[in-house]
Amino acid sequence: MKDYHYSGPVEHKFSPYSFNGGTVLAVAGEDFAIVASDTRLSEGYSIHSRDSPKCYKLTDTTVIGCSGFHGDCLTLTKIIDARLKMYKHSNNKTMTSGAIAAMLSTILYGRRFFPYYVYNIIGGLDEHGKGAVYSFDPVGSYQRDTYKAGGSASAMLQPLLDNQIGFKNMEGVQHVPLTQEKAVQLVKDVFISAAERDVYTGDALRLCIITKEGIKEQTVALRKD
Amino acid sequence: MTVRRPFPLSHGTTTLGFIFQGGVIAAADTRASAGGLVACPAVNKITPIHSHLVVTSSGSGADCMLWERILGREIRLYQLRHRRCLSIRGTAKLLSFMLHPFKGTDVCVALTLCGWDKSGPKLIYVCSDGARLQGDIFSVGSGSPYAYGVLDGRLRWNLSKEEAVSLAREAVFRATHRDAYSGNNVDLFHITAQGWSQRKREELKEEYYRDMERRAKTVEKGKRETVLDALG
Repeated sequence: MKDYHYSGPVEHKFSPYSFNGGTVLAVAGEDFAIVASDTRLSEGYSIHSRDSPKCYKLTDTTVIGCSGFHGDCLTLTKIIDARLKMYKHSNNKTMTSGAIAAMLSTILYGRRFFPYYVYNIIGGLDEHGKGAVYSFDPVGSYQRDTYKAGGSASAMLQPLLDNQIGFKNMEGVQHVPLTQEKAVQLVKDVFISAAERDVYTGDALRLCIITKEGIKEQTVALRKD
Repeated sequence: MTVRRPFPLSHGTTTLGFIFQGGVIAAADTRASAGGLVACPAVNKITPIHSHLVVTSSGSGADCMLWERILGREIRLYQLRHRRCLSIRGTAKLLSFMLHPFKGTDVCVALTLCGWDKSGPKLIYVCSDGARLQGDIFSVGSGSPYAYGVLDGRLRWNLSKEEAVSLAREAVFRATHRDAYSGNNVDLFHITAQGWSQRKREELKEEYYRDMERRAKTVEKGKRETVLDALG
């Protein structure tokens, strides 16, 4: 049996990172995209804020969801906004979703040896008007998906999305294309489930629905405990 | 002075490449794992760089993605400046020298360049530790020991294209079965003097069920034969 003994007081090195919780989710449909996040900002056992959404509007057709360390989320979105402005002034056009995703990959990899502790998911419409979702890891690896969950409850939500949107792990089911109404209802249900089982997710859900008409926002209440 | 990362990066894979009479075969699984979680079940681990060169990647997902992008850019610049395509050996050397400043850091890339140039089919392994090796058969990643076992048993120079494809598929399938960090689908590329061609991505779940059925039939047959023997 292993000996447990007190080896003396241990000094913890200063860590520049902190985990502020939160979950983000994005779903791409035929002509729409949804980016949703909860609005709880926590640290350890405390809640800093119940109204801190993690979706940030970038352009009229693109929204980014960032969860992880809030300090890095704020700085990263500031940098992305600045780069979008620079592109607009040099090229006289707005960046497309695919271009923003490629740019974000290089921004994240630029900090390969002191990474942004942020899990990003970009949702928007591509140049052809179809829904697009791009998911990233903290150092810039990315790819285009149909749906993705990121953040503290991602491991719980992703299998559910695989099953309900991707029709995976089921036999003999008809693959019905996802309508906007069904997608919105699914996202709400999925976040309600996440708030039940993940302590860092809750308070409220902020939904951004992106269509060619623009970006509509909805707020839905979640568990506050 | 590096900071301790609070999150795991994607790692773990099975990729392989071999040369036979009909060209070069490159195969890989499609799972990206970060710690114990499957970060993505459908990643592209084989990337075409130009018409006669594909690169299989293994190691950290982000590092491989960015370094393949840098390599593609440098190859294209070389082509524009010197009006000819860089040889596969030259490409491998260029990549190895570009990675050298990052030796000893966290960067983890292990790529196999599979291609066809003026001197015929080529297979070269380049990794961020500094290794650069030319060979006829390479398998890289956490599932590589299992893939080597299958390949070393059945690889011959004069396999037909169908046999070679089937062998590569089998090697990846067996490796994904035994290695927890490999799985999901198989990607397969075939490179000849005419360029690369990609086989449709195949889900291994079907293959696993087919294999289970085959085993069940063999066990059944074995049981029947034992009973017949006992009856004399």
